[in-house]
Amino acid sequence: MHETDMTKALILTVKDWYESQPEKPTITKIYLIVGKFTCVEPVSLQFAFEVQTRNTFLAGVELVIRETPLIAFCHQCQQEYQPQMGLQYACPDCHSPMDDIRSGRELKIDRIEYSSLITKNN
Amino acid sequence: MHQTFEAALEINLLHANQEGAEHNREHFDQWGITCFNVMSSPGAGKTELLEKTLSALNSELKMAVIEGDMTTELDAERLRQYNVPVIAINTGRSCHLDSKMVAGGIHTFSHQYSPQDFDLIFVENVGNLVCPAEFEVGEHAKVALLSITEGEDKPLKYPIMFQEADCLLITKTDLAPYLDVDIDRIADNVRQMNPNVTIISVSAKTGEGLEAWFNWVQTQVKARLSRDEKQFTLP
Repeated sequence: MHETDMTKALILTVKDWYESQPEKPTITKIYLIVGKFTCVEPVSLQFAFEVQTRNTFLAGVELVIRETPLIAFCHQCQQEYQPQMGLQYACPDCHSPMDDIRSGRELKIDRIEYSSLITKNN
Repeated sequence: MHQTFEAALEINLLHANQEGAEHNREHFDQWGITCFNVMSSPGAGKTELLEKTLSALNSELKMAVIEGDMTTELDAERLRQYNVPVIAINTGRSCHLDSKMVAGGIHTFSHQYSPQDFDLIFVENVGNLVCPAEFEVGEHAKVALLSITEGEDKPLKYPIMFQEADCLLITKTDLAPYLDVDIDRIADNVRQMNPNVTIISVSAKTGEGLEAWFNWVQTQVKARLSRDEKQFTLP
């Protein structure tokens, strides 16, 4: 269950950011980018996040996961293609091996949405 | 009144592990030690392969093993018979070794040994085809094993490990006469996602192919040693 470890890493990173903010904002959403060509299952990540954030400053925060497709570039054909995961990774046209992955390996905390009290100047 | 804002982080989810891995690798480089991360599903023959390797190369290379296992020290005990230092790391419920656990192993070694005592450290990862591939530990090369009993389709179904491997060992080839398995197809399936991988078919039982594996190991270690020597001569 490596999603548990990944969620721990996620929470620590967000906590670092939160503690660096002077006014301790209310975090509402965390946006992640998870590539399809990784070992991460978004449903498991959502579950681990919900469990691990209970009764913490992140309780109830929405985890928004955007999945990116596996896209490779074939240098022989000079074009991108989408390998069929689990079946075929070589270029469908010329059968060159997949050696240049352009998308699908991402595992990134993209951004945080938060709300903050606007202090009135007058 | 509250207003909504967004803060861009753009931080890799595994950045802490990655930093730890780079830190481990810097230490290995500084000490002139080569490190291999050995990965496979449970029962593909990692420990058996290491037994043969420790036994065959003991007079030529100074080796040690960091052994990851979920609960027991059984594998570590098997390897200690070859008179090499073995650190067992029980990962508990975690299904892979991470860079912090391996740093702990290096730390333990540092109490009893000096860097000159080692040319090569094998990290034997937890048996698992999925996540060890995502967690670098500071290795210079990833060695993946796939036994022929697992089937030709496994590289296609569990691609990350095979796509990341520098060396793939197709193991238990002595069983080929009893199975409907096409070893060339296993190799083709891996090469279609990893054209630069070195593929060696071995049987630890009969010894077939082991010489090629030992040569690969020695070539890697020597290549690193000569590179390090060159670095020392720089002004």
